[in-house]
Amino acid sequence: MVAGEKKGVVLLDFWVSPFAQRCRIALAEKGLAYESVEQVLLGDKGDLLLRSNPVHKKVPVLLHDGRAVCESLVILEYIEDAFPLATPRLLPADPFARAQARFWADYVDKTVYGIGTRLWRLKGEQRAAARAEMLETLRTLDAELGDRAFFAGEAFGFVDVALIPLTSWFYSYEKHGGFSVQAEFPRLAEWARRCGERDSVAKILTKPEEVLDFIGVLKKHYGVE
Amino acid sequence: MVEKGVKVFGMWASPMAIRVEWALRLKGVAYEYVDEDLANKSDALLRHNPVTKKVPVLVHDGEPIAESTIIVEYIDEVWKDGYPIMPSDPYERAQARFWAKYADEKCIAAIYPVFTSTGEAQAKVVHEAQQCLKTLEKALEGKKFFGGGDFGYLDVIVGWYAHWLPIIEEVCGAKVVTDEELPVLKAWYDRILAVDVVKETLPPRDKLLALNKARREQLLSA
Repeated sequence: MVAGEKKGVVLLDFWVSPFAQRCRIALAEKGLAYESVEQVLLGDKGDLLLRSNPVHKKVPVLLHDGRAVCESLVILEYIEDAFPLATPRLLPADPFARAQARFWADYVDKTVYGIGTRLWRLKGEQRAAARAEMLETLRTLDAELGDRAFFAGEAFGFVDVALIPLTSWFYSYEKHGGFSVQAEFPRLAEWARRCGERDSVAKILTKPEEVLDFIGVLKKHYGVE
Repeated sequence: MVEKGVKVFGMWASPMAIRVEWALRLKGVAYEYVDEDLANKSDALLRHNPVTKKVPVLVHDGEPIAESTIIVEYIDEVWKDGYPIMPSDPYERAQARFWAKYADEKCIAAIYPVFTSTGEAQAKVVHEAQQCLKTLEKALEGKKFFGGGDFGYLDVIVGWYAHWLPIIEEVCGAKVVTDEELPVLKAWYDRILAVDVVKETLPPRDKLLALNKARREQLLSA
């Protein structure tokens, strides 16, 4: 460890990042102490971020005793591995159940945010295509959830942590796509409310209206009308 | 009645499917391989993976698992007393997962345009592919394998380069992984090709070459 590097857990963070929020929720659920360091993303990125994540230059980055772990789902798994006594466990013990959890978290990663971005950034036919894909994605997730309380069953876990921060963005997706999650996918809407009753989620999620405002800022930044 | 045993739904030319075979063979697990016609997918495949409909899918005692990187971790966990695939140290595991994601998200996206382009456009994307692979190569520096002294998780994930990339390079007349640009990666190729589970499973070179030639012709004439 390089002299001057901090012991303990530091999260390179950004207030509205749903990916950073996954990490914060996991740490909060497990009662693990950490320092959140807010990053500049829409301007000159700080040295620590660039040094810690030279490959992607993105948040979140988890620094544990000075060593950097990048990519939010990789960070969630790292938290499970590095703090084996910290409960609740977010991944089940059974290998098949773990594989299912990883599959669905990966599915969320490959769909929601990317499709959502196309939904607010693009217009006309491209927006319509994004809208259709978003509805298909939410339908798939709603079907997978079924009548269960959480994605893995009775306990709040890995897939819930992966998806719940993105629900703050649903309001913006609904506005741009002209649909309602409550109307189309009431089970998913209920699940989001259920997760929102948890202290960690309630404290960490950005308010939907603030996400919409932030999208306005991004639109200006990217020159989108 | 639960169907016992291990089945792999794959495709003979798929690098993603071969990862699953390597993992199973490292553990000494017997399996049945179902070679899919991707233009005409079997009912069984679509039943086992309705979400993405892709290969590979591992079916273990009737239960399906999809996504090759997830399947490899599953295999490592189920047959935990066999050959260790994932590193045991949490930080090393995080690094292995990070680089597997990088390889599958960035490197494949960087290599594909090489396959679909020609001339000056190709030269530009060859350079970009090299930059991407150079970044990945850093995880290999000073080591025999990405896994360290032994063939490990990241080698299972990207080992396909050693057989597939030279063939792709031949098909599209480009040189991506060269001694000048990617010496560490190139030197690792020979070590990969010497691994028993790799030797046992590689698809025949001429068959793979012919398939990729045909694919490229199709893409360029579209």
